[in-house]
Amino acid sequence: MSPRRPRRFNPDRDVEDWKGAYRRYDIVKEGFIALLAVAVLVVLLAVVFSSPDDPAITLKTWSVADPVDFAQTAVTELDGTSGTATYGPPYNNTPDAAQHIGFFEPAQWFGVHQPIDTAHDFVLGPLSTLVTQPVTQAAVQEYEGATPDQQSAWTTAYEKAVANATEVRGRLRVPPGRYGPVGVILSSLTSMSQAGGLDGTLLSGGLFYNTNYTKPLLFLADGTYLADKAGAQHLQGNQWGMMNETGNYPGQAWLWLYTMWYQVYPMNQSSNADLEVWVIMMVLSLALVLLPFIPILRSIPRWTRVYKLIWRQHYRELAAT
Amino acid sequence: MSIDTSAPPSSARTEPDVQVSKQWTARLRRSAEGAFPPDRLLPDRQPAYMASWVYVFGVLTLTSLAWVIITGCVLAIMGPSWWHVSSIGKFVNSLHLWSVETFFFFMVIHLWGKFFMAAWRGNRRLTWATGVISFLVSIAAAFTGYLSQQNFDSQWISTQAKDGINATGAGAFWNVLNFGQMLMWHIVLLPIGVVLIAGLHILMVRRRGIVPPFPETKSASKPEMNAEAVPRPAAPADADGPE
Repeated sequence: MSPRRPRRFNPDRDVEDWKGAYRRYDIVKEGFIALLAVAVLVVLLAVVFSSPDDPAITLKTWSVADPVDFAQTAVTELDGTSGTATYGPPYNNTPDAAQHIGFFEPAQWFGVHQPIDTAHDFVLGPLSTLVTQPVTQAAVQEYEGATPDQQSAWTTAYEKAVANATEVRGRLRVPPGRYGPVGVILSSLTSMSQAGGLDGTLLSGGLFYNTNYTKPLLFLADGTYLADKAGAQHLQGNQWGMMNETGNYPGQAWLWLYTMWYQVYPMNQSSNADLEVWVIMMVLSLALVLLPFIPILRSIPRWTRVYKLIWRQHYRELAAT
Repeated sequence: MSIDTSAPPSSARTEPDVQVSKQWTARLRRSAEGAFPPDRLLPDRQPAYMASWVYVFGVLTLTSLAWVIITGCVLAIMGPSWWHVSSIGKFVNSLHLWSVETFFFFMVIHLWGKFFMAAWRGNRRLTWATGVISFLVSIAAAFTGYLSQQNFDSQWISTQAKDGINATGAGAFWNVLNFGQMLMWHIVLLPIGVVLIAGLHILMVRRRGIVPPFPETKSASKPEMNAEAVPRPAAPADADGPE
C-alpha cells in the first residue's frame, strides 16, 4: 500500500501538533466548583425573579368576559369561514390554503392528519349533548336539515346582527334578524360555554382521559380575545412574538434569529411567511453544522483575529521566546 | 456425568483465543480502550495555551444542564400541575426556568468562543457538528417545555407556533397543541437526545483534545504535513508547565 500523500496545510482546516508545555488541570475539581457556582446563581435568580405563571384562558372565561367576540367567532365556525375552518392541512382540505414557495408545498405531502369540521366539532356536536334542552335540539335539527344556501343565508344574517350585539350583565343581546335557528344555536352555545360545559366537551373527544387540547385551543385562537391579551403582553408576531413570555422575563431569547425574519420584508407581508422563515432557518442551521466544510465562512475566525484575544497569553509567550 | 477441568493442550487454546479476539465485544473493548485511555478520558494536564475564561463556558453549560435535569426530575416526581398550586413547586419551577436560561446563555458564549477559535480544525469537525446539533436539539427541548407549562404562555406560544410547524408538514405528526404529546417529548425523548448528543460531544472533545492556536506564521510558508494528525491531549509526565 502506498503511503498517504500529505495534503497542503490549510490553516482553516489543519493544526500543528502541540509540542509545547502542559499545565496541571483538575477537571473534576473544576466541574464541582462550576456545579456549585451555577447552583448559587440559579437559586439567586429564582429567589429574586421567580417565574411567570399567568393563568390559562378557558372558553368559559372568554365567553363570560367577552360574549360578543365569542358569538362572532362561533358563527364563523358554524358557517366555515373561521381561521381553523379555512386552514387547510393538517386540519382540513381547504383548496390553496397550505403555505407554499412555488411548487414546494410540504403541508400537502402529508394531508389531513387531525381532521376538524368546525361546524360539527365546535358548535353542533357540543350542543347535541344538551339533551335536556328541546328548544336547542330543535334548532340544531332545523339547521342541519336546511339546504346549504339556507344555512348560509341564516349565518350571514346572524353575522350582520351580531356585529351590533351588546352585552348586558354578561348575557349576549343580539338585534333581531332573519337568522332562523342560528340565534338559538349560538345563544345556547354561549350559555353552555359560560357554564363551563364547552371546555370539557371539546377536550374529551369521547374519552375519559384526554390531554389533547387541539380543539379548544384552535377555537380560542380563532377569536380576538386571546390575541388581544397577547398583544397587551407584547407577544404578537410583530412584537417579536413567541420568543417573549408574559412579564419581564427573558423568554426564549435564543429564538431571536427565527423571530427576526418575521419582522423583515418580504416575510412581514407574505402569506407564506411561516414556510419561508422555516426554510431560511433550516438552511442556516445546516450551514452552521457544516461550517467546517464551507470555504470563506470557515475562514472568518482567522480573518477577524478574535482568537488573538482568546489566546493572548500564548501569543505573548511566543513573542517573548 | 463428569466435567473435565484440566487445561486444554496449547494447540487447542490458540484457536478459541483467535475467535475471542474477533468477537464484537472484544473488538468494541479494544476500540474503546484505544480511543479513550483513562488519561485522555480524565486528563490531569492540558496544553499551556488553554488559559482563557472562554474555556469555562463549556463546563458551565454542562453544569447548567445538570441542574436543568435535576430540577426537571423534581417537577416530574410531583407531576405537571404541582408547580401551579404549591409555593415549593413554584420555586422548583423557577429553578428549572433559570437553569435553562443560564444553560443557553453559557452555551451561546461557548459556541461563539469555539467559532472564533475555529475549533473544528485538526479533524475536530464531528466535535463541532455534535455541539451545534446539541444546541439545536436543546432549542426543541426548551420549546416543548414552554408548551408544557399549562398557562397563558403555553396557549399563546402553541397557537402561534402551530403555523410554522404545520407549514413544514411536520404538524401532521408533531402537534404542538397536544399537551400530552409535547410533555412526553419534553420529559423523555428530547432530554435523551440532548444528553446523548452532548455526551458524544464530550467524548469527541476528550478524544481529540482542545484545538491548538492558529500558527503565527503565514500558511503559505508552512511545511507539508499530515492534515489528519491527531494531537494527544495527555502530556508526558515530565512536561509540566506553569499553572
